[in-house]
Amino acid sequence: MNDIWSEHGLTQEEFKRICDELGREPNRVELGICGALWSEHCSYKSSRRWLATLPTEGEHVVEGPGENAGIVRLAGDCCIAFKIESHNHPSFIEPYHGAATGVGGILRDVFTMGARPIANLNSLRFGQPDNERTPYLLNGVVRGIADYGNCMGVPTVAGEASFMPCYDNNILVNAMTVGVVSEPGIFRGYASGVGNPVFYVGSSTGMDGIHGATMSSASFDEDVGEQRPAVQVGDPFTEKLLLEACLELMDSGAVVGIQDMGAAGLTSSSFEMASRAESGMNLYLDRVPMRQDGMGPYELMLSESQERMLMVLERGKEQVAHDIFNKWDLNVVEIGEVAEGNSIRCYWHDELAAELPVRLLVDDAPKLDRPHQAAPERLALWDQPDGAAADIGDLAEPLGQLLSHPSLADKSWIYNQYDSTVQANTVIESGSDAAVIWVPDAQKAIAVTVEGNSRMVYLSPRNGAAQIVAEGIRNLACVGAVPLGTTDCLNFGNPERPEYFWEFVEAIGGLAEGLSQMDAPIVGGNVSLYNETTGVGIWPTPTVGFVGRVDVDLDRLPAGNWTTEGLTVVRLGNPPRTIAGSAYQDLVLGNVCGNLPVPDWDELRAIQALMVDAIQAGLVTACHDVAEGGLAVALAEMCLPGGTGLQIDQPPADIAGWFGECGQSIVVATEPGNLQAFLAKAQEHGVAAQSLGTTGGDRLVANGIMDIGIAALRAPWRTAIPSLVKEEV
Amino acid sequence: MARVGIITFPGTNCERETLRAFASVAGVEALPLWHRGELEDGLDLIVLPGGFSYGDYLRAGSVARFSPLMEQVIQFAHEGGYVLGICNGFQILAESGLLPGALIRNRNLRFISRNLTVRVERTDVPWTCACTKGQLLTIPVAHGDGNYVDHAEDFAQSDEAGQVLLRYCDSNGELTDAANPNGSMGHTAGIMNAAGNVFGLMPHPERAMTDRVGGGDGRILLQGIVQWVDDHSAGEESE
Repeated sequence: MNDIWSEHGLTQEEFKRICDELGREPNRVELGICGALWSEHCSYKSSRRWLATLPTEGEHVVEGPGENAGIVRLAGDCCIAFKIESHNHPSFIEPYHGAATGVGGILRDVFTMGARPIANLNSLRFGQPDNERTPYLLNGVVRGIADYGNCMGVPTVAGEASFMPCYDNNILVNAMTVGVVSEPGIFRGYASGVGNPVFYVGSSTGMDGIHGATMSSASFDEDVGEQRPAVQVGDPFTEKLLLEACLELMDSGAVVGIQDMGAAGLTSSSFEMASRAESGMNLYLDRVPMRQDGMGPYELMLSESQERMLMVLERGKEQVAHDIFNKWDLNVVEIGEVAEGNSIRCYWHDELAAELPVRLLVDDAPKLDRPHQAAPERLALWDQPDGAAADIGDLAEPLGQLLSHPSLADKSWIYNQYDSTVQANTVIESGSDAAVIWVPDAQKAIAVTVEGNSRMVYLSPRNGAAQIVAEGIRNLACVGAVPLGTTDCLNFGNPERPEYFWEFVEAIGGLAEGLSQMDAPIVGGNVSLYNETTGVGIWPTPTVGFVGRVDVDLDRLPAGNWTTEGLTVVRLGNPPRTIAGSAYQDLVLGNVCGNLPVPDWDELRAIQALMVDAIQAGLVTACHDVAEGGLAVALAEMCLPGGTGLQIDQPPADIAGWFGECGQSIVVATEPGNLQAFLAKAQEHGVAAQSLGTTGGDRLVANGIMDIGIAALRAPWRTAIPSLVKEEV
Repeated sequence: MARVGIITFPGTNCERETLRAFASVAGVEALPLWHRGELEDGLDLIVLPGGFSYGDYLRAGSVARFSPLMEQVIQFAHEGGYVLGICNGFQILAESGLLPGALIRNRNLRFISRNLTVRVERTDVPWTCACTKGQLLTIPVAHGDGNYVDHAEDFAQSDEAGQVLLRYCDSNGELTDAANPNGSMGHTAGIMNAAGNVFGLMPHPERAMTDRVGGGDGRILLQGIVQWVDDHSAGEESE
């Protein structure tokens, strides 16, 4: 690793191409810029050709992928901007700042579009519970997310967390932000208008995060601790000021284009803005506000210091920017101008320090066609029996085992640290199938949720990814919502290994299929490859963030659990026929195998329509999607918060019915007086509806199969995560 | 018409919903105030909303206390004007000396975001005048530094004088330890000054204004406050 190209993450071939195009060897500053922009993280060189196969168009889409965040229309001019992004490597090295700056980065991506952030979500993956670093990482990540989001005044309303061995040495932290913007007020990252001034606003630049983009594009070896200086440090207070100042300036009409300085900081923001507008830019780097001495063009172009933005203003309106940013006590410096041509020129005290063509580094960045080939052992799993043929036996033990595993246990220890009610628009918050946020500007509510399931995607990348889409749709349906758009965060292993890249290619295929089927186009996202340590990759983990429109009156919204006796409990949808890829198979039987089916999209569409219809008709008292842990866990989760039990008279016939996760099932509880009307609606929509039993008592009972006190189930469910971090409840 | 001024410090993050909440109460003119501005004449109530003024990096509320507008707020309070502090606003009022005691780190050392029950201790004061004695209100809290402390003898004095208006309790109104989220002395969720014109509370009434969002218990508090200041304020007398 001593060649000048490999020090900057380039291959010899890439280096040669740069030399050929430039007609000379790049200097050190230029080489640093090239390395950052051609890193996997910035260039998407392995993934671009596959990302192009995802559905990105639909009747609600206002802004598709390619901008800082995607945008869908909610009602009239009122639009929703949102995106999900990973901060995996930094969070494993330094969990608190890694997670905090992950939240900070995604918030900037959204308010860069002119949107005011109204909700945060996150999807977290940790190593197994007894890994010695898991408590430290969990604690740090949750604190980092909490401190940043809480200080910003953006409610964190939904998320997921699981704990599996494949993340022992490479955790995942995916953060999503949702914002609201009125269509005429949408801003984009264009550096247009030759002569227009380029402004640097926000925090000063320090040495933190240099080479962050290249770090995120490589695998970990054993000495990850030495990479700590490549992790950025977050300052949510400054970001809050930056948010207010940017929105105020955008409102003034002075802004032509704006972009967050995220990965590869000043480099990516300047090149991408120039690329979109097919313009050039002159930057006078000695004017950049600096936090410390000894920084030169190289450091300034590559620093990933947080809470900074690059803006192009309309010439003549500079004073407006000065007034607003001075009011908010933030740096505001003119560091350059939009120029003729299509090159970025960086000057340092009147000397040219770097000059590079934009097209070469952005549009013409390497686009690879990497080989992809399934590992034969993986395909062999599909032929193994799934284990569902065994006798049912007593369910109390496996159910208790599942509910006390941190992946399935109560997550309130986590989400009670996140301010979920600030902004006073939170209708339904964490702990439910989907969160619901009131949007006053539209006089409508949105539903948001984020889903991943690496167990299923590991077993069958294509069908597992499709099942994730189905689960997200079911979660929206539980609050009477239909999707407007989606965002994806694709966390995978090393793309240079054909067996890992096969997972990526297949999963994209499954997502594309599901999202097209359910009319939920992707409007933005992020790819995180090289999630491996010492040659072992994580299980493939695509996560999908959903934004839906709530199509029912809010006073009709069902609860996620029951609190009264005498409700009839019905399972919608045909029961699953396999336990392949289920939590039961993995955590109780100790393997993951079998044939994972494609979701029945027709059935799912019918269930979606039925739920909106039945909720609006006031027929649903409580409902919950059947997901990880299957029907058994779903029913227990509906008993646990309120303490009211369930007598099951018509239990599922087999293990797959109890624990399978591949059906399109939702559990619904109705008042006895509404049962007939509800069943009639189910029939009208062509949805199978099986009455299971009646709520009441303080036990979960299915004659001859289980008889468990709710209190006995609840204690381990509630304490699993607090005891993992060694705290009392 | 009650004129209510709501202050934004750098880092305040609840000013928008606090303005909206007061504006939704009949007979209120809600005015945003910037921390470097001047206090307008004729204000009936000044509100310091929640957030993280100056990032709370030093100690919650300790820097905002020196903000230019705060000198005028302190003067306003000394002249008998009504001042309400919510969450970070409560912390700033305590740092300013307008309220007794201090708010320190929650006893579990973690941020707490939950819907909680508080018990109304008396109702013959501006801040709880629309409630009934012993009424239980469900209002969200969201704070990292809400553990109310004071010197034992000083707290005994304020408690004795009936300055503690809201206490954290369980769903039956009992002051159990488990119902005290942050370890506050005397389960204090809200306390007023001896003169009764300054009140701070950790729960966020502005987040509980409608059945749809948060339930309506916050509205009970704010409506009562507005009614009282409208009837009793110095501004009213000078008109």
